[in-house]
Amino acid sequence: MAFVLSEEQTMLRDMAKQFFSEQVPVTNLRKIRDDGSEDGFDRDVWKQIVELGFAGILIPEDLGGTGFGPMGIGIVMQEAGRTLAASPLYATAVLGAGMIIAAGSESQKKQLLPRVAAGELLLALAIDETNHHNPANIAMTATRDGDDFVLSGEKRFVIDGHIADKLIVAARTSGTPGETQGISAFLIDADMAGITRTRTHMVDTRNAANIAFDNVKVPADALLGGTDSAFPELENVLDMGRVCLSAEMLGGIETVFDTTLTYLKERKQFDAIIGTFQALQHRAAEMFCEVEICQSVVLDALSALEERRNDIPRAASLAKARLSEAARLITNEGVQMHGGIGMTDAVDVGLFLKRARVQAQMLGDANFHRSRYADLGGY
Amino acid sequence: MTNLETFRAETRAWLEENCPESMRTPMPEREMPWGGRNASYPNPDTKVWMDNMASRGWTAPTWPAEYGGGGLSKEENKVLQEELARIKARPALTSFGLWMLGPALLEFASEEQKKKYIGEIVRGEIRWCQGYSEPGAGSDLAGLQTKAEDKGDHYLVNGQKVWTSYADQCDWIFCLVRTDNSVKHDGISFLLIDMDDPGVEARPIKLISGSSPFCETFLTDVKVPKENLVGELNKGWTIAKRLLEHERSMISGMGMGAGAASMGGMEAVAKENFGTDGDRIADPAIRNAIAAHKMDQQAFGLTMKRAGEEAKAGQGMGAAASMFKYYGTEVNKRRFELLLDIMGTQALGWEGEGFDSKELAVTRSWLRSKGNSIEGGTSEVQLNVIAKRVLGLPTA
Repeated sequence: MAFVLSEEQTMLRDMAKQFFSEQVPVTNLRKIRDDGSEDGFDRDVWKQIVELGFAGILIPEDLGGTGFGPMGIGIVMQEAGRTLAASPLYATAVLGAGMIIAAGSESQKKQLLPRVAAGELLLALAIDETNHHNPANIAMTATRDGDDFVLSGEKRFVIDGHIADKLIVAARTSGTPGETQGISAFLIDADMAGITRTRTHMVDTRNAANIAFDNVKVPADALLGGTDSAFPELENVLDMGRVCLSAEMLGGIETVFDTTLTYLKERKQFDAIIGTFQALQHRAAEMFCEVEICQSVVLDALSALEERRNDIPRAASLAKARLSEAARLITNEGVQMHGGIGMTDAVDVGLFLKRARVQAQMLGDANFHRSRYADLGGY
Repeated sequence: MTNLETFRAETRAWLEENCPESMRTPMPEREMPWGGRNASYPNPDTKVWMDNMASRGWTAPTWPAEYGGGGLSKEENKVLQEELARIKARPALTSFGLWMLGPALLEFASEEQKKKYIGEIVRGEIRWCQGYSEPGAGSDLAGLQTKAEDKGDHYLVNGQKVWTSYADQCDWIFCLVRTDNSVKHDGISFLLIDMDDPGVEARPIKLISGSSPFCETFLTDVKVPKENLVGELNKGWTIAKRLLEHERSMISGMGMGAGAASMGGMEAVAKENFGTDGDRIADPAIRNAIAAHKMDQQAFGLTMKRAGEEAKAGQGMGAAASMFKYYGTEVNKRRFELLLDIMGTQALGWEGEGFDSKELAVTRSWLRSKGNSIEGGTSEVQLNVIAKRVLGLPTA
C-alpha cells in the first residue's frame, strides 16, 4: 500500500525524526547564520548524517550506500524540513548522487559513489542560468576542442555551489535554447582553471552560488551520459529533486501549522483564547485540509519514484506545484496568526516563511509546474 | 479452489443467468431503480434485475442475512462488486434506505424493526426520504421544532420539514422530531412515518436550476404508532449524527452533475473555444486554470485513496468525512465555474434552440452544484467540525 509506510520505513522515519529534532533543531540554522559560517553548514552535523547512512540512501549497498531508495530519502528530507536542517544532503545525496546513478558509467559510479556515501565528496548540480528555472532553455555552451570540451557561460542559484568538490554542469553541445536535444552533462572539479564561484547569501540562510565558466577546458571523460542526449536523465533527476524538495517542504509546513495551532490555543485577546474565534478557526481548518492534500501528493510522488511508474513527471509536477502554493498559504497565515510576534526574528515562523519561498523557486515554481502538468496532459 | 474462488465462479455463473442484457448498458436517469410502492419501470428489466438481486440479498450484500441482507464478508463483497463491474451491470437498487437509513437501523433499531424495515429496503419495496431540515433549522439542525406529543398509544406529530429529497415520490420518511422542549440536542427523537398516513403532504420546491428534486413536507396531526420510534426516546440526535456521516461521504463523491466529459473533457472544449498554440490551449490564463483545477481533482482523489488505505491499515484519518465533504463539493463548484469561463455564452442557455442538450445540461448542473456546499451540512459547518473535533480548537 503506497500511502502507508512499511515497518522498515516507519523505523527510518522515527530515527530521522529523533535525530533532526534533537541534534539539528532550528537553533542550528540560527547559529550558522549568526556565526557567519563560511561553509553554510555544520560539519559535525554532516558527519552524523553520514554515519546514519543518509548520504548514501539512494546509493546501492554494493557501492557503499544503504539502498533505501526514493521513499527513504523522501522520509529523511521531510524530517529535515521540520527543523530547517542545513546540510549538503540535498545537493550531494539527492541531485549529485542521483545524476551519477542515472547517467554515470560503471567506472564513474564505482569511483565516486562510495566516496559520496562516505561523506568525502560534496557535489552540486548547475542547471539554472536565469531568474527562473527552465532546463530546456540552457544556453551555456560546451564546444568540442580536439579530445576536450570548452565550457563557457554562467550558472546561477547553484545549491551548495561554493562548497562542492565537484560540479555537475548541464551545457549545450548542440542545438539552441528551448530544445531538449543537444544538452550534455559534465562532471568536473569545482576548482578548475577558469571557474569563478561567488557565494550568494539568500534570504533562507541556505547555500547557493553563481558560477562563471570562462573557457574551462575539460576532458571528454568528464561527460556524464551521452553527448547531446543528457536531457532525459537530467529530467529524471530533476523530478527526483522536485519530489524530495516537496517532501522537505511538507515537513516545513507541518511544523508551521502545528506551531500556529498551538499559538491559537494559548494566545489571549479580548479576554478570550483567539482560537475560539470562528474567523481563525475556519482558516485553520482550511490549512488542515491543505496539509492533508500535501501529504497525499508527496507520498504518491515518492511511490511513483519507488515503483518507477510511468507517470513520474506528472506526479512530481503535481507535488511541487501543490507544495509551493500550500507553503505560501501556510507560512503567510502562520505569520499573520502570530500577529506582531510573528514579524520578529525571535520566533521561527519567519525562518520557515523565508525558506518556503526559496524552496518554491527551486527546480520550478507553481506556474512552471502547472504549465508542465498541462503539457504532459496534452493541452 | 479456495472458498473465494468457488464463490467467484458461482457468482459469475449466477450473474450471467440473472442479469438481463439491458441491465449491462449505461443507465439513463429515468431508469434509475429507486423502487417503492409507486415505482414505475419504463424498462421492465429494471424490476427483474432488482428482484433477482434482492432474492439473494445482494442489493445490500454485507447486511446480515437474518434480516434479508446478503450476509457476505468484505472479501466476498469485493468479489461480487468486481464481477458486477466485469459485466458492467447497473446498480440493482438505488435508495436512501440502502445508503442512509439501513446502516442506522442495523445499529440502533429493535429486533422487530430490523425484521420489518431492513427486508423492505433490501427488496426495494419501500422508498424512503429524510425528514431532517426545517424552515427554522438548517445548519442549526438541532433547533428543529416539529413536535411529537405522547398521546398514550401514539405520537401526534405536527410541523414542517424541508429539503426532503423526492418526498413527493416516497413511501416513508425518517424524521427527527422534538419530544422534549426543555433541552436542545437531548430532546430529539428518531421517528419513522408512513407518508400515506392522513396529515402528511409533500410539495415540490422549484430550484434555481429549474428542477425539483426536493420538497417541503407538512405534517399535520399525524398519528404515528409508538413502535415507530427508533432507539430511545430523546436519544435521536446520536442516530442523526451517524446518519449524517453516511450522507456526507455520499455527497463528497467526485464529479456530480453533467460536466464536459461528454464533450471530450474541458481541455478539448477549451481548445475549441480558444484555439491552440501547438498542442497547447492558446489562452494561457484558461490553460493555467484548467491545470490548477485538474491538480485539485487529482490531489483530492489521491487523498480519498490514502484515507481508504489508512483505514484498512487501522490508522484513522481524523474527521475524514467532513474534510471530504468540504473539499469535494468546493472542487465540484469550481469545476462548473471554470466550465462557464471556458464555454462562455454557450453554457448560459436555458432552453430551446441555439444550444445542444449537453450544453444545456452544463447550465443546469452548474446551478445545481451551488447546493453541494449547502446540503448535508454547509461548508462552514464542515470547517467548524474540523476546527473543533480534529484540531481541538476551543469553544467560546
